[in-house]
Amino acid sequence: MTALQKIGKYIVGFLKYFSLVFFAFVAVLPIVSCVITAFKTETEYAQTNVMEMPASWLNFQNFVDAFQRANMGRAFVNSTIVLVSVLVVSVLIGTSLAYVLNRFQFPGNGIIRSLFLFATLLPGVAMQIAVYEIMFKLGLINSLVGYIIMMCGTDVIAIYIYIQFFENISVSLDESAIIDGASYFKIYYKILLPLLKPAIVTACILKGVGTYNEYYCANLYLQNKKLYPTVATSLYTFVGPLGSQYNLICAGVIISLLPALIVFILFQKQIYSGMTAGSVKG
Amino acid sequence: MAAQANTLGTQKKGFLQLLRSRKGQQAIIIVAFMIVPLALLFTFTYLPFGEMVGYSFMKMKYIGDRKFVGWKNYASVFSRKDCFSALKLSLYYMGGSVVQLVLALYLATVLSFKVKGGNIFKGFMFFPYLINGIAIGFIFKFFYTRGFVFDTVLQWCGFELDNLPYWLKDQSINNISLVGTSVWRYFGQNMVLFIGAIMSVDSELYEAAMLDGANKFQQFIYIILPSIKTIVTLNVILSITGSLSAFEPPFVITDGANGTGTYFIVMHQIAHTQQKVGLASAMAVVLLLIIFAATILQKLFFKYVFKNAEDEDFNATKRRDRQLAKLAARKAGR
Repeated sequence: MTALQKIGKYIVGFLKYFSLVFFAFVAVLPIVSCVITAFKTETEYAQTNVMEMPASWLNFQNFVDAFQRANMGRAFVNSTIVLVSVLVVSVLIGTSLAYVLNRFQFPGNGIIRSLFLFATLLPGVAMQIAVYEIMFKLGLINSLVGYIIMMCGTDVIAIYIYIQFFENISVSLDESAIIDGASYFKIYYKILLPLLKPAIVTACILKGVGTYNEYYCANLYLQNKKLYPTVATSLYTFVGPLGSQYNLICAGVIISLLPALIVFILFQKQIYSGMTAGSVKG
Repeated sequence: MAAQANTLGTQKKGFLQLLRSRKGQQAIIIVAFMIVPLALLFTFTYLPFGEMVGYSFMKMKYIGDRKFVGWKNYASVFSRKDCFSALKLSLYYMGGSVVQLVLALYLATVLSFKVKGGNIFKGFMFFPYLINGIAIGFIFKFFYTRGFVFDTVLQWCGFELDNLPYWLKDQSINNISLVGTSVWRYFGQNMVLFIGAIMSVDSELYEAAMLDGANKFQQFIYIILPSIKTIVTLNVILSITGSLSAFEPPFVITDGANGTGTYFIVMHQIAHTQQKVGLASAMAVVLLLIIFAATILQKLFFKYVFKNAEDEDFNATKRRDRQLAKLAARKAGR
């Protein structure tokens, strides 16, 4: 290798790391600035520049205040209820639908698949104009159950993840169980569901992140903010009179994204592979 | 009488037998497993879809009288200034998604080779995707406020505060600021998708190319790009439909003020603030038609691309072989 090539290699390497550091900085900066501000007292916030470090990193007063003002205790309870119910129901619905669509040939199989696929084309937020009316007629507005039912709706990406997974589970497994006299339900419940675990984890992470972060429908259908805040909508408390108290707001924001951060750190690999699996048919 | 009862009995028996048979059990499980998802799909997707099309021909609020007005709502969608001009804003978002895809592709390529701390970089860049929309709204309201985070950082770089615009108020720049937040949120996610696609390339290909003396850039052009063509095209198309329905950044950051109201924002306000449900439905139907058109174009495009994909790939291989041969020859010559 000539000296020139060596220098060139160093420059390329430097540019590579420089760009990585730069974009990582860009990605983190807005969040870091929020963390810094969340630890400042009110006078400190008013007098210092936003990027100056807080006097004490142990000043948790803002977090306590934000948690109480935004009713976040209730919000976390509600969000947990919604999250658990939506995940359980949509896993049951999604896997059983995928089981039927993958294992049985029956007239209408193709049509049902296309009905689900076509549904992905309809932009969800636009549809809410008419869904609102239906929810109203069903008496499901301002009801946690109503919101859960709506969120369970159709999760086509998950269904496709399951179908793909079923395709890789040999049918001979089903056949031998049938010979042993197992019913179809037993085959689904006892044999296939446990095998489907990796796909279920993937789908749950995707759906879980989506459900935890969902705010448009929560805002629309859970209008009673005292009784039914979710973590995302509880942040709406800071719109209005509190709108410029950023030390408080930032604390609320940080609280709301802590669960996502913890899940991310614990399940990094599954999240990445979930993203990739979901994109194939997405 | 007795005979009748007898036939009834056999019929009943026949039915029970059918139920017990494999065929019958199959039918039962198919129905039982599909009834709930189909009911949900119908109630929350197709029923509202049908209703919405119906509403679009009416003058109505959520409560109260409804009057059939024919195509009038559609006429207003195209004649009202706020509705149709809002579609132009989606050009900003399309531009943003191009930046986002190029950036994601570059970072994915860099990160899929051995890089020190690669996982940490990846994690930092991906995390914004996991933050909820409202929190992002607050973060960026804070970020762009006069004299706050963004201005401070620019001042570190030597800019004067007086020369900087108001990022969210100045109409010449505020849409770009908003698009920036969307790029910030999604570039890491796109990057992870691309890394997944690049990783699925057979690593022997790289080794072979390396042995033949191909440099990193050539590897990118001749090995990586062809093998992730599908996912890149898919993302380009998704981003086009996505920009048409761009909604989140203005909704949570500016509330559509100062000329940042995209088509979706205008529609939301007309439906839920002004309660002109008919007009909003017409807007939604128009948007759907545009998205359908884009999707059909995409299908045709894919067909065209993949029809030629084989020849193209063949050409690419040939070109690659030629290039590699040349390189090898040059090396041998030296």
